[in-house]
Amino acid sequence: MQCFGFTAMAESSSAETVAAGRRDERLMRQSRLRKFLGRPDLGALSGLILVFVFFAISARGTGMFAADGVLNWSTVSGYLMIIAVGAALLMIGGEFDLSLGSMIGFAGMMIALPTITFHVPITLSVLLAFAAALTIGFLNGLIVVRTHLPSFIVTLASLYILRGLMLALSILFTNRTIVGGVKEAAEGTFVAFLFSGTIGDSLFAWLADHDVIGRLPNGAPSVKGVPMPIVWALAIAFVGHIVLTRTKAGNWIFASGGDANAARSVGVPVDRVKIALFMLTAFCAAVFAACQVLEFGSAASDRSLLKEFEAIIAAVIGGCLLTGGYGSVIGACFGALIYGVVQQGIEFMQVPNDWFRVFLGGMLLIAVLFNNLIRRRIMSGR
Amino acid sequence: MTASSGLDSPATATEGQPPLIEVRDLVKHFGPVVALAGVSLTVRAGEIHCLLGDNGAGKSTLIKTLSGVHRPTAGDFLFEGKPVRFSNPREALDLGIATVSQDLAMIPLLSITRNFFMGREPVKNRLGPFSFMDMGAADRIVHEDMRRIGIDVRDPQQPVGTLSGGERQCVAIARAVHFGAKLLILDEPTSALGVAQTSMVLKFVRQVRGKGLGMIFITHNVRHAYAVGDRFTVLNRGKTLGTFAKSQIKLDQLQTMMAGDKELQELSAELGGTV
Repeated sequence: MQCFGFTAMAESSSAETVAAGRRDERLMRQSRLRKFLGRPDLGALSGLILVFVFFAISARGTGMFAADGVLNWSTVSGYLMIIAVGAALLMIGGEFDLSLGSMIGFAGMMIALPTITFHVPITLSVLLAFAAALTIGFLNGLIVVRTHLPSFIVTLASLYILRGLMLALSILFTNRTIVGGVKEAAEGTFVAFLFSGTIGDSLFAWLADHDVIGRLPNGAPSVKGVPMPIVWALAIAFVGHIVLTRTKAGNWIFASGGDANAARSVGVPVDRVKIALFMLTAFCAAVFAACQVLEFGSAASDRSLLKEFEAIIAAVIGGCLLTGGYGSVIGACFGALIYGVVQQGIEFMQVPNDWFRVFLGGMLLIAVLFNNLIRRRIMSGR
Repeated sequence: MTASSGLDSPATATEGQPPLIEVRDLVKHFGPVVALAGVSLTVRAGEIHCLLGDNGAGKSTLIKTLSGVHRPTAGDFLFEGKPVRFSNPREALDLGIATVSQDLAMIPLLSITRNFFMGREPVKNRLGPFSFMDMGAADRIVHEDMRRIGIDVRDPQQPVGTLSGGERQCVAIARAVHFGAKLLILDEPTSALGVAQTSMVLKFVRQVRGKGLGMIFITHNVRHAYAVGDRFTVLNRGKTLGTFAKSQIKLDQLQTMMAGDKELQELSAELGGTV
């Protein structure tokens, strides 16, 4: 809307100066093109389109684009999206969180252990796990802003501490590294619905009745409903995008990541912003953990290894600069979607899974080069 | 851009009022180092007061003291006739003393609008913990301000990094003016600029003077100072050598005084007074 107002103004001013009128118009068109090309999520959008076109052609007839196939890759994407949004906002704010993957495992164990070994009500365990994750996020942030150490090294320490702690606690209390039985304990509770339920079941039943989607052998619709991880992903992405682009807090995030000193000198509470962002990524990790534990019914010590890098990759493919101050939540969502589509698409085509990593690495490299190009163009000025 | 002639003349209606800022015999020590050894300076509303001095003359210390970064060791410091003592830059800013530093406190990757309102975002409405920025109003204000500067037909949402150095300087000054500065301290605003960019900034500085703001223009380029200044204070080795109105002093006299050292004066003369 803003650009329409601006266009109107620009046109009226070019009408006043007849001689310069034509030149102004040319400048306008160029700047609008530049504006479009300068969008941080443009690269991810084109990547996503390419990936869709590729699989639409080459994975034809594999069921990848049938209802249950779509559910398959969109769930994978949804899970990643939950943490990619957190990672992207933190990266725009100028920091990293390498402990993200360990945090997921740790929070998962914090849900499963008390529930199974001490018979703590699942609702309470989930609340406890969120509180623990937020506290650790707060500590990560506090250490980074107080010591001015790179967040890379601080959160690398957290990565090891959390991964080790989770393993040690699990062995200590259960003598195993997998704690199961959570599904039974959570049966019928609201938290079970909140993190592992589905919504829109009746819509999908209706779609199956009208033969829009297929049915399972037992007669149930091939897709029961939209799984909660996807709902969480979309909700977190929506809120993240609005906060980043429309609010004062969003402006502070950009400013803190762009140049912390400049931001401080005009009164932006940089430290508070960064700590809040570390807490946000911890929150996202806890949501991921709750969905995972309640869906699979167990917490396992080797879960979510390397998830921190996947989240960072999604954010970078989405146009976030590693140096901070630039990026978009929508881009990170596109990045997560590319990840899910390619990973599952390769599976549908029965190509060995190793190729997925090759693709991912290549994609990351291209994205970084592309982002660097954009940044250099912006920084060099005219 | 045509600046109307009314904007060009220094405002003289402020004679009866106390000066915006007045310091007398200001002294600042850093441990054993005497950075300022008795500086006196008055700046009135609607004047451009140029502060000239070579590196190490104490320019930076003086402006940092005026803007609340340092506390003076001794001396009087009055703002609008009342003695003040700042414990941090925020207090100085709240009174209307704004500094446009050399790094400009601008982030190249962010849009002009986001930079302009950074830390002072206009809020439209609130929802829970979030205050929504009035981006439309912010864009309009920036666009209007830019048009006045002469950076027209540009998108307020474009990154500051795409602006030229002079334009960036102007946006930083416009930002300080917009947020109610009474005294503007411009720290070497033209030092890194080419000729065209410099004249753009100087033109804008004169335009800002027309609004009745007082300005301290710090530079070691006498030509730039002489082009816009109403009065000139020369600083040398932590002391003021004196304050001169434009009618009292010529460009080359100012140049000579600033060069200070005899050898330098000779060198300066040899090079045709262009150093």
